[in-house]
Amino acid sequence: MSEVFRRYGAPLGLMILLLTGIWVVAMVVLPYFVMVEYSFHPNLPGPEIGGPKDIYTLDNYASLFRGIDILAWDFPDDFRVFLRTIWGSAVVTAVCLVVCYPVAFYLAKVATPDRVGFLLLLLVVPFWINEILRTFSWYIILAFNGPLNAVLLALGLLDKPVRWLSGSGGVLIGMTYAFLLFMMFPLYNALQTLDRNQIEAARDLGAPGWRIHWRIVIPHAKPGIAVGCIMVFVLAASSYVVPALLGSPGTRWFTETIYQWFFEGQNWPRGSAYAFVLLGLCVAFILAMMRIFRVGLTDIAK
Amino acid sequence: MSQDVELDGVTMRFGAVTAVRDVSLVVKAGEFFSFLGPSGCGKTTILRILSGFTEPSAGAVRIGGRDMAGIGPNGRPTALIFQNLALFPLMSVWENIAFGLEVRGVGKAERRKRAEALLDLIALPDAADKRIDELSGGMKQRVAIARALAVEPQVMLLDEPLSALDLKLRQHMRAELRAIQKKTGVTFIYITHDQGEAFTMSDRVAVMSRGVLEQVGPPKAIYDDPATPFVATFVGENNAFTGPVALLADGVAAVETPFGPLRGRAGPGLASGAAAVLFVRPERLREATPGDGANRLAGRVTHVDFEGNFANVFLKGPDGSAILVQLANDGSGEPPPEGATMDIAFDPANAVVLPDGPRARS
Ligand SMILES: Nc1ncnc2c1ncn2[C@@H]1O[C@H](COP(=O)(O)OP(=O)(O)O)[C@@H](O)[C@H]1O
Ligand SMILES: [Mg+2]
Repeated sequence: MSEVFRRYGAPLGLMILLLTGIWVVAMVVLPYFVMVEYSFHPNLPGPEIGGPKDIYTLDNYASLFRGIDILAWDFPDDFRVFLRTIWGSAVVTAVCLVVCYPVAFYLAKVATPDRVGFLLLLLVVPFWINEILRTFSWYIILAFNGPLNAVLLALGLLDKPVRWLSGSGGVLIGMTYAFLLFMMFPLYNALQTLDRNQIEAARDLGAPGWRIHWRIVIPHAKPGIAVGCIMVFVLAASSYVVPALLGSPGTRWFTETIYQWFFEGQNWPRGSAYAFVLLGLCVAFILAMMRIFRVGLTDIAK
Repeated sequence: MSQDVELDGVTMRFGAVTAVRDVSLVVKAGEFFSFLGPSGCGKTTILRILSGFTEPSAGAVRIGGRDMAGIGPNGRPTALIFQNLALFPLMSVWENIAFGLEVRGVGKAERRKRAEALLDLIALPDAADKRIDELSGGMKQRVAIARALAVEPQVMLLDEPLSALDLKLRQHMRAELRAIQKKTGVTFIYITHDQGEAFTMSDRVAVMSRGVLEQVGPPKAIYDDPATPFVATFVGENNAFTGPVALLADGVAAVETPFGPLRGRAGPGLASGAAAVLFVRPERLREATPGDGANRLAGRVTHVDFEGNFANVFLKGPDGSAILVQLANDGSGEPPPEGATMDIAFDPANAVVLPDGPRARS
């Protein structure tokens, strides 16, 4: 903060801080406050707002969990969607990690520098295209009469076309693709800082490849893994476009449920409450990651 | 416990660069052997070929008579100590030392026991549970050695391991390395650009220049009987007098220099009339006495550096050539004052004549 004053002088520095403050309050804090406020009120018709029935209540939050019967393994619809979102996001995160780790390792520690530049460009170029177009292209690829089935049939790997888009498959594939780079770059950055001599020293001491990764490379990459997992999980859990385009009626995502409460159910308090449940899920995931990988907030900010 | 290491016609090319050219030598079991040469002469490349990280473009490496071709670093009886040590910062000291044992499937209790035994050997008995970043430079050095020794290698390969330490510690570690080598009996192959390091620790030294092996021998032979002008000028100080060979008989050669004919021991490959160079060490030059007939020269004193136990006297010959005389502070007299003319002489046995060739850049 003193840096701002030093660089721009007191008057201009004050202006900058003030404007930043206003922006943060107006655009970030206030809307949340309004949402928080909504989420603790019952959904009332216009005239009754502010009336005697307009009390503070936890009902909007409780309604997500109401009707769960663990013994009968029976869950209400919204909660079922919530579970699917957690599970699906975890799968997407795991798949991204498994796909990105070898690629990031190759880029950071094996490939020659000029090849790295070229490959990074190849990775990034598709992401210059708008997210909706990109996702929609997967809709085309995965379609029943689409190119993926055609290729697999032609290669003889399938004997009849698969309905990729009917289950959660399409959504998971689309999300994995959409968020891959958010795993790739933290991993790549972390691996880049690993001294190649560490790998060679381990090899010289007799370690086979898998042990070098297990004992040297992965521990070193932990902060990168944590950051990548956090990014992908949070993006996946709060993604709307991909499930909306690639999902089927049976594979609703929690963001779609929130959307429905807001705009189809006209129940803003319920929608707000669910949005905060999703936020809470993401925060819980972040905290869990920080615990598991023993990294601090400062490591993540890096 | 330890085995011979043999390099047979080893050549390494990186594209157009030949980093190592046709190097053949045998390092004997239990020997402390150093490669000495300026930076970029191919020392690290040789070490990487020995450890198995690089396959030579031509030639063979044999350890204990076994051809190492196709055997990777994890399959060789060698352990490499990296220039930057490459300790594992996320493991404790004892885990670092025991890593090679962990790889070999040794149980945890046994690993810990062996690590502690090695910590005793390197005189760091209480460091087992310390983190790597809690150690000083010298302690890290010793942990790296212990980590390599833990896998009981036949051959230890060390890539300028002392270069990051300050002077005092470096000198201390020389003695320590030598002691560890003696105690364990493992063959040490050490590379360095520092002749003091190479000479004080090694049984034999190989001097390299631009990928070529110039000379192999015990430190004293390298110093007293350099085989090439490069070795004569890279190792220690030397005065060089060039000219054609005027006379060659009975192991003595005379070189026709601007100071007249100067005689020294004839090195290999000399021919009468061919371009040659006579090298004489500054400490082998002395003030001439009336009895000295041949091998005399004179110069004007340009300046004197008094070092304590000796003085360096810089002379300029009549042809402008620089001569360095080192006079021991042994009570036999004072160095001459600046501007004076100094008559000097040397015994032919104290000089060596070699065919002229490339010298080290000083
Ligand atoms: N992997 C490599 N690729 C290309 N050139 C290399 C490689 N390794 C070494 N060299 C070249 O080989 C020569 C010898 O290098 P090196 O063995 O590291 O020398 P030293 O250890 O004696 O300083 C240098 O000219 C260096 O540039
Ligand atoms: Mg080197």
